[in-house]
Amino acid sequence: MMVEKVSRLNPFLRLGTRRVICEEGTPMATTLSSIGIFAVAGILALLGAAKAHDSLFAAHAWIAVIACLIAIFVITRRSGHSDHGAAEEEKYMDGVVRYGAIATMFWGVVGFTAGLVIALQLAFPVLNLDLPFTSFGRLRPLHTSAVVFAFGGNALLCTSFYVVQRTCQARLALGNAAWFVFWGYQLFIVLAATGYVLGITQSREYAEPEWYVDLWLTLVWVVYLLVFLGTLFKRKEPHIYVANWFYLAFIVTIAMLHIVNNLAVPVSFMGSKSYSLFSGVQDALTQWWYGHNAVGFFLTAGFLGMMYYFMPKQAERPVYSYRLSIIHFWSLIFMYIWAGPHHLHYTALPDWAQTLGMVFSIMLWMPSWGGMINGLMTLSGAWDKMRTDPIIRMMVLAVAFYGMSTFEGPMMSIKAVNSLSHYTDWTIGHVHSGALGWVGMISFGAIYFMVPRLWGREQLYSLRLINWHFWLATLGIVVYAAAMWVSGIMQGLMWREYDAQGFLVYSFAESVAAMHPFYVIRAFGGGLYLAGALIMAWNIYCTIKGRKRDEAPMGAPVIAAA
Amino acid sequence: MDYEILRQMADSWGLLYLMIVFIGVVIFTFRPWARKRYDDAAKIPLKED
Amino acid sequence: MFKFDHAKIETNATLLMVLSLIVVSIGGLVEIAPLFYLQNTIEKVEGVRPYSPLELMGRNIYIREGCYLCHSQMIRPFRDEVERYGHYSLAAESMYDHPFQWGSKRTGPDLARVGGRYSDDWHVQHLINPQSVVPESVMPKYSFLMNAEIRVDDIEKHLKANRTVGVPYTDEMIKNAKTDLLAQADPDSDGAEDVTARYPKAQVSNFDGDPKKLTEMDALVAYLQMLGTLVDFKSYRAKDNLR
Repeated sequence: MMVEKVSRLNPFLRLGTRRVICEEGTPMATTLSSIGIFAVAGILALLGAAKAHDSLFAAHAWIAVIACLIAIFVITRRSGHSDHGAAEEEKYMDGVVRYGAIATMFWGVVGFTAGLVIALQLAFPVLNLDLPFTSFGRLRPLHTSAVVFAFGGNALLCTSFYVVQRTCQARLALGNAAWFVFWGYQLFIVLAATGYVLGITQSREYAEPEWYVDLWLTLVWVVYLLVFLGTLFKRKEPHIYVANWFYLAFIVTIAMLHIVNNLAVPVSFMGSKSYSLFSGVQDALTQWWYGHNAVGFFLTAGFLGMMYYFMPKQAERPVYSYRLSIIHFWSLIFMYIWAGPHHLHYTALPDWAQTLGMVFSIMLWMPSWGGMINGLMTLSGAWDKMRTDPIIRMMVLAVAFYGMSTFEGPMMSIKAVNSLSHYTDWTIGHVHSGALGWVGMISFGAIYFMVPRLWGREQLYSLRLINWHFWLATLGIVVYAAAMWVSGIMQGLMWREYDAQGFLVYSFAESVAAMHPFYVIRAFGGGLYLAGALIMAWNIYCTIKGRKRDEAPMGAPVIAAA
Repeated sequence: MDYEILRQMADSWGLLYLMIVFIGVVIFTFRPWARKRYDDAAKIPLKED
Repeated sequence: MFKFDHAKIETNATLLMVLSLIVVSIGGLVEIAPLFYLQNTIEKVEGVRPYSPLELMGRNIYIREGCYLCHSQMIRPFRDEVERYGHYSLAAESMYDHPFQWGSKRTGPDLARVGGRYSDDWHVQHLINPQSVVPESVMPKYSFLMNAEIRVDDIEKHLKANRTVGVPYTDEMIKNAKTDLLAQADPDSDGAEDVTARYPKAQVSNFDGDPKKLTEMDALVAYLQMLGTLVDFKSYRAKDNLR
């Protein structure tokens, strides 16, 4: 009674009279307490801004303040007027998956655009604009983090939440914790990205954010692990499906790597600068133990989880060999972690460590191809779907690129090959055939699969547009990788070329000049890939809006297209 | 622990140990009487949405 | 006795997680842990010393601007690299590098031994407009470093943080950090000699040509000019440092 009266006077308390919020049906007490938490956090952030040791830290504190204000605003608004009592819980908690799918698409476009910009900067240095904030050195971490952690990370978050609920027949555990994971992760992305542009970096590749952002991510990640594990505990299925193994291994291993690699001592607890705990050779191996397994667990294990769920789903048949997937899992996670030293061949790292890294990298070829075969053979007996189903086609291409880059990787880890390829664009080409081909395409496939189901649409807006996306992306990757192969090998050969008198033939500057045409071609390939992603974004947008494109069905005789 | 010792370890006991573990894992995973369980597990994603 | 059965792992999430964590821990432990006690990764080489305050500030700018993304600081023991860049890099030369700056890509040349190869003026001109001295260069312009002043008041904290992670800065170095920072860019000052006494081979120079301000350009050039200059390879015996 009391509450009702007060609430009429104070719009902020009005929320109390109805017991709803977003899809969770949060009662008033929870709403109030979460507003309280955000208010306290906001005040702390405000203090951080006031007491900051340097202006960069203050800028980040202000971002945290704004995030808290937005959170409070949204919570009050939400509880204010949504009144379709979401009291009876849906079977699955899909709101967060829907947000994740949109975030994946959004960050994907941002990350690909950043990539195109820095590719063009290498071809035309004038595009650095002579500003600190837009120089290549600050934008490259922005690109890598945007594609790996923002695009890839959101794809992993939302698909893992989607898959674990369906393979466990259980709703996500711990109530709104999944929302905390999602929004907490977005805050991490914003802090990381703004930090790079402002000049906050640890200079550890793929682990550039400074100590306080790392701490924040650790918190978010632990909650992510708890939500995922909690859902596994709740499952109605006796068996834990193999896709969840990969997701689980990805989550725990990234936690381990992230914590160890980011150990550092800050200059001030109110400042943005820190010094890493390790130095020199120990630091180098720790970093590349992290760096290689960011690829192995973030970009491989997690996405294999995606493959093991979405490929069977889309092909409507179980995975080719479930037993092979078990062997794939254990051997992959055991071997990947050893492969880091191949990033440090012929450096001051001891030889035995380099050799160990090389041997395990070569062995890694086997489980990788075991997984690839398992994925591809899932289609055995249904290969005709390749013709009519562009989503399957996308997934098959993803797995094919997985196979290709997991062959190229071991080859490049051989010391003799590495002596040529290291420090050159070949490495960049290799990374992108894996990232654009495998990670990108399997994520696109998963998003195309999920979106109509998440929004209750009969089908996607257009299958033909997927076809366009497929070909633009494929062409883009091929152009990109081919340009980088040629430029990389050429670069490596130019650096080591001697003339008959025993002098080095080329100055370094000449090798830079020789790269120019390939940097232009590479940017073109990246542009094609970005164009494909934009088409996808349009397709997804229209699907969510519930539209259907008037078009001839896929696989039908092509005459209709005219 | 220098390179030579490690190399010898890896070539002999290390190799043997990993081979045995690997073969053990393969035999165990492919034991015939577990077929049904694995077939059931493989069908989990296809059950429903 | 614990009856091993894969079915247990497949039906017990905690067990699955713990086993995964054990399996993924092994490789890192075997490879990384020995580096902390093996002789050739922790031994000291004559001449290697902590960074002077100005060099340290310059290094932080090098990190901030992402220089490591295009420049390595790790010369491999190949004939062409040794001829192009100098003696191959030793582990000891980066022992005070928190974090290391070995890099992974050479869009530009290796910088491990760039110190002393060019004049201060060349570096300043090159950083202001790289294409004016190397027409083929694709490097961004860093002219803004000329106008950005170095923060002086917290330099002691930087040295202390480094000492916490193992860099042997003495109390004297920390006490004089501020004067050293200023003096290294001012050859006429009283403290100039103290800088070289505390940090042997440190170059005292008015790096950016503007004596009035201590700029980020001063610091970055001071850092670049000391890279790879600490070890005297005429007296260094490689046999003692086999790897």
